[in-house]
Amino acid sequence: MRDRSFTPGRILIYLVVTLFAAGYLAPLVVVVLNSLRTNEEIAQGSMIGWPQHLAWGNYALAWSGFCVAETCSGIRPYMLNSALITIPATLVSTLLGAVAGYAVSLWRFRGDNWIYGIVTLGLFLPQQMRLLPWTIVLRDIGLINTLTGLVLIHTIQGLSFTVLFCRNYYIAIPHELIRAARIDGAGFFRIFWRIILPLSSPILIVTVIWQFTHIWNEFLFGVTFTTGQQQPVTAALIALSAAVADIPQHGVQSAAVIIAALPTLLIYLFGGRYFVRGLTAGAVK
Amino acid sequence: MTNAASTVTQPGRSATSEAVRRLPEYLMIWVPLLLSAAHLISFSIWTIWISFTPSTLIPVSGWVGLRNYTAVLASRNWQIAFDNLLLFGIAFVLLSLITGLLLAILLDQRIRGENVLRTIFLYPLAVSFVVTGTVWSWLLNPGIGIEKLAHDLGWTAFHFDWLVNRDMAIWTIVIAAIWQSSGFAMALFLAGLRSVDADIIKAAQIDGAGPIRTYWRVILPTLWPITITVVVIQLQFAISAFDLVRALTNGGPGIATQLPALVVYDLMFQRSQLGRGAAAAVLMLLILLAVLLPYAAWRYVQRRQANHA
Repeated sequence: MRDRSFTPGRILIYLVVTLFAAGYLAPLVVVVLNSLRTNEEIAQGSMIGWPQHLAWGNYALAWSGFCVAETCSGIRPYMLNSALITIPATLVSTLLGAVAGYAVSLWRFRGDNWIYGIVTLGLFLPQQMRLLPWTIVLRDIGLINTLTGLVLIHTIQGLSFTVLFCRNYYIAIPHELIRAARIDGAGFFRIFWRIILPLSSPILIVTVIWQFTHIWNEFLFGVTFTTGQQQPVTAALIALSAAVADIPQHGVQSAAVIIAALPTLLIYLFGGRYFVRGLTAGAVK
Repeated sequence: MTNAASTVTQPGRSATSEAVRRLPEYLMIWVPLLLSAAHLISFSIWTIWISFTPSTLIPVSGWVGLRNYTAVLASRNWQIAFDNLLLFGIAFVLLSLITGLLLAILLDQRIRGENVLRTIFLYPLAVSFVVTGTVWSWLLNPGIGIEKLAHDLGWTAFHFDWLVNRDMAIWTIVIAAIWQSSGFAMALFLAGLRSVDADIIKAAQIDGAGPIRTYWRVILPTLWPITITVVVIQLQFAISAFDLVRALTNGGPGIATQLPALVVYDLMFQRSQLGRGAAAAVLMLLILLAVLLPYAAWRYVQRRQANHA
């Protein structure tokens, strides 16, 4: 295990990991290449091939050109929808989760363990148990088929994760720190603002990345509660595949897929460490 | 604790003005927590209640006992979905465990480029299932994907038509799911391998154990708590799998790749059978509980043992 030289055993290890890496990358490479091939070129051959000349036009069409059900606006409005859903829901659920996580870990109040226990059940409750009730709630408050409705759902449901993440992080902060501040007369918000928040950047980054990725990638609520021009990009991609099923436009569709995946991929590439920490933190609940 | 602090701060104030002063803090703590808890409890109870009513297009009151459940359980749709779930759950969990463990062990060999490789094995987790499902549906489509490529290259005898083959289509979901989330198993296993006590490994090597024997006898046995966690999380994903199937096969060909989450959606929003849809959702919850409750009990026992030790 300490050996760094190239023995046959180590060459085999490198060979195997390289093969696996190629397998994991293959779908991405295929889509990127296809996004640069014309629809005709793909139709003549297969999805797997090298672009004859780079068809950058696919990206322009995917972004603002192609048509789904008489609307020819490309993927742009749906990307905007996803952003308008994801960004507010991520920020609000993270902020509320941080305050609540701080309250249940360091401030302590009657019933805190109970309410925390119930909130974390949200990690397990299947979405299917909440679909009908959300339908009725959204209809009653007039938010069905609106972006605000999806923001509300993702904020409330996201709390289960954000409270858990923050609580598990804050629990390690020494209680003496809080006690001393309280004796000096500092209140709930003052302690949060002056002591807790400055210590929180790692967990806030983890939480924001986790929430952003999950909400951006969410599909079930998007497709259930919105239609047409109100849909997030995941639902729009499915609508696009269905709309062009008869005459596939694989070049343009590939470009659309890349655009839709780009925000979370970029966040992963630049914040990978925090992304993985979120994954494992969620696992050890 | 709370009382102690408030007496320290403002001894002169009356109880009411103290409560008013602290109102914003109560609101900030309780409103989000109560909303979250209330939606979880009331939504669950409401869905369970609907599953016992004759609701079809709209929710209605009334009591039909277990009739929705028997109807769902007797439907071909659910039976196929349940069989698929068993096959998908077992195959996907086992294969992604094996893949994840293998990758973790390989990455643990102090190889160059470990960071790059880890990034590659984990990136599918950052992408939505809709995107990966769509991409895999292209690759596995015999008309335009891998099979077509092989034919274009002259290997005309090559057949890989699982996507459109009733008996094999469920395996395309297994493939895509493993590709997407075996990196997760790898990440947890790698963290586990890295936390194995170096002294134990050294002792095994002094005893003359080779690397394979060290892994098999000394290192891997320490990983089984992580293994159980990975299994439970992957099962949880398998039980509620929806997006991936919707994008990859949409339950087809026919209803060959139907899964419980798709049955629920179909009953609720396409057939307007709210009562049966709710019953199917509750059945999903029961399947999930069959996995989670033993896990919770096991965690509880583990914690107690850890506290006693």
